[in-house]
Amino acid sequence: MATKLPKVPVLIVGLGWAGGIIASELTKAGHKVVALERGKRAKLEDYYAMHDEVRYALRHDMMQDLSKETITFRNNDKMTALPMRTYGSFLPGDGVGGAGKHWNGVSVRFLPYDFEIYSKTVERYGKKKIPAGMTIQDWGIKWEEIEPYFDKYEKMAGISGDAEQNPMIGKRSNPYPTPPMKQTPSMKLFMEAAKKLGYNPYNGPSANLSQPYKNPDGIERAACQYCAYCERFGCEYGAKADPVVTVIPVAEKTGKLETRTHSNVLRVLHKGKKATGVVYLNTLTGEEFEQPADLVIMTSYVLNNVKLLLISQMGKPYDPATGTGVIGKNYAYQTGGGATGFFEDKEFNSYMGAGALGVCLDDFNGDNFDHSDLKFIHGGNIRHAQSGSRPIANNTVPSGTPSWGAEFKKASLKYSYRTLSVSGQGSNMPWRHHYLDLDPTYKDVYGLPLLRMTYDFEEQDREMGKFLAAKSSEILKEMGATSTVPGRDLTSYNITPYQSTHNTGGVIMGADPKSSAVNNYLQMWDYENMFVVGASAFAHNSGYNPTATVGALAYRAAEGALKYLKQGGSLV
Amino acid sequence: MSEQDAKPQNAARRTFLKQSGIALGGVVVGGVVGGVLLRPKPQVKVETKVETKVEEKVVEKVVEKEVEKIVPQPVYYHQALMFFSLEQFAIAEAAAERIFPQDDSGPGAKELGAAFYIDHQLAGPWGNNSRDYMMGPFPKAEPTQGMQTRLTRKEIFAIGLQGLQDYSMQKYKKGFADLSAAEQDEVLKVFEAGEAVQLEGTSTSAFFGLLRTGTLEGIYSDPLYGGNKDMQGWKMKRYPGNQPSYFNDIEKDGFIVIEPKSLHDHLNH
Repeated sequence: MATKLPKVPVLIVGLGWAGGIIASELTKAGHKVVALERGKRAKLEDYYAMHDEVRYALRHDMMQDLSKETITFRNNDKMTALPMRTYGSFLPGDGVGGAGKHWNGVSVRFLPYDFEIYSKTVERYGKKKIPAGMTIQDWGIKWEEIEPYFDKYEKMAGISGDAEQNPMIGKRSNPYPTPPMKQTPSMKLFMEAAKKLGYNPYNGPSANLSQPYKNPDGIERAACQYCAYCERFGCEYGAKADPVVTVIPVAEKTGKLETRTHSNVLRVLHKGKKATGVVYLNTLTGEEFEQPADLVIMTSYVLNNVKLLLISQMGKPYDPATGTGVIGKNYAYQTGGGATGFFEDKEFNSYMGAGALGVCLDDFNGDNFDHSDLKFIHGGNIRHAQSGSRPIANNTVPSGTPSWGAEFKKASLKYSYRTLSVSGQGSNMPWRHHYLDLDPTYKDVYGLPLLRMTYDFEEQDREMGKFLAAKSSEILKEMGATSTVPGRDLTSYNITPYQSTHNTGGVIMGADPKSSAVNNYLQMWDYENMFVVGASAFAHNSGYNPTATVGALAYRAAEGALKYLKQGGSLV
Repeated sequence: MSEQDAKPQNAARRTFLKQSGIALGGVVVGGVVGGVLLRPKPQVKVETKVETKVEEKVVEKVVEKEVEKIVPQPVYYHQALMFFSLEQFAIAEAAAERIFPQDDSGPGAKELGAAFYIDHQLAGPWGNNSRDYMMGPFPKAEPTQGMQTRLTRKEIFAIGLQGLQDYSMQKYKKGFADLSAAEQDEVLKVFEAGEAVQLEGTSTSAFFGLLRTGTLEGIYSDPLYGGNKDMQGWKMKRYPGNQPSYFNDIEKDGFIVIEPKSLHDHLNH
């Protein structure tokens, strides 16, 4: 039996980037907030002496414990979905800070095209350009409306970059808060090569600070030291923007945030058109609690947002047979294609680096180029990064070299610092038959069904992958590579090798309750006192990393929640 | 942190603090980590390069003896077994050495202690699949659906090592560890291909994959885990281990070799 607790005004489920930003905005405005977080607490000091490839990069110490909960996966509905038993294609975060602790810090805004992708594609190429089954739709928000929230997010995080370098993106109201990061010799090669080829290369916007920075909330952070332990690690300098060193301390300082860790929400309670609270489990004691609330904000990552809504029977579940319903609809991921260049006569200090240290171009992203004769829409950001290669993962050898033995040893040592990679982060379009629902067989450790993912790569992705790989090879050759090897062609999506923790969709935003789950404040159409925030709101995934757009949407949702609280109800 | 600790101890440290913004304007921001990461460690310097300048072997030996007097040979107490039997260890060590053999570029898996690393990993959460989803059922999977087995890595290793032994006995009438290097390579190739030999509950290729991964980890992981003995794996790869900062070097052209540091080096506070 759940112990019923006194009602609270605002309840946040999951304290990562989205939960942290909203907690910060609401508590600053004077509202009392309770945050339920199923993982543990986090502080900067936890990140000291963390440079350990085995513990963090390979054993995933900062990620969710799959023995307790995972997802099941199948490529199509003719297959039986089976559990992702070990990591894995993607790495969801855990605990206070969530995946915001161990991301790389690549912080790019989506394009204006993304938010109106259906209209703009039809406008330029006609309806015939969109193949049957591809379910792209407009996001219910335009660039001019979302831009101020990007600006707010960037100022909070101190994003480093140079707005003048890139003419191919949406109009900005302000420059980046800090100048771009340093350029390494290989980044300079990319810049020169791309310019020579007539492209528009720029320093990748970064949440790794290029210099010490004080944000509008008064948070001061140190500069990046290029120590090469970003992705899958916490930053011991606090130089990488992370909820733990930015928004959460701000919320805590108000005295209005109460965080309950080890508190795993099992279901959301609701009556009529309103959510009434949640039931959660203290995973340390095994006690169950019912926590009533006036306003419920779901910020528990894409996959868990969808799972909790389906388990709680909130919103109409998506049905791929009819294409109706919304919860679980438009699941998308990240694709792309790239190449590796071998440099016989040159070595790079590639063991140095930073997560978001890189140079890139958008000439083949979004609708920045003509797709009339191409068998795909959208594209990807082509990038060369120096995030710091670690010795267990970094053993690239020329094709044809055995994967073990004397010859492998020789080649892996020779090429340790003689390869560079350039790759396109491909966008991913939603399809009618790609979706999330509940698994009929497998359960989590609490007895709840696992989330089931039905997803595959399509011809659109394979064509785009080939295209981006060819462009990447072209740039590498211009950079002086002795030889280039294109990445493997996309075949079927495989859950085993790590690809990207850029899962999107399932609770998408839009202008119409029939085709979307939340409005453009990320407020649920069906439950006015519930906001569902995160990349779960993306109606498709762009050719960029998602965090900046998640941050912008979280600021937008926070404003929506404040409006809702002020007017005491109804859709905002 | 004592007052003395808070004071920059040398110019490099002052520069670092300034660059990282940690000590700007006397304000401590983002947590002071310099004290933890950058405390200089007292070092005993032993000039081992002496022998290269000395022609006669006798003198060389004298120098070595002198060195031994100053620095006693370390005893590697952690080089003992947590999971493997002695026989399993001998097979694992021989197989790891074939995957990453000693050559003129440096030591192989055996000298680096990779098999001890594997043994210790198998005894812990990795070997027991503690953080993997292990609930059934376990039907036949498509290749895109990843590992689907009720066996733990520990069990896969035990079965795989026995498989190596059985196959060697059957084909060469000798245990795997007693085969010539060329014969060992032949056996491992058969296991890697995964067709000829059947194992119960797993495949030889799945086992070989774990063995290869474990070996590379044992060569290049932080020495705290029992492999990468004396950071020789890192030195061979010219990998500097973990350094607090490359702020001053990140833009430089030309390869820079830095003496590696391990996590142990950051612990003496």
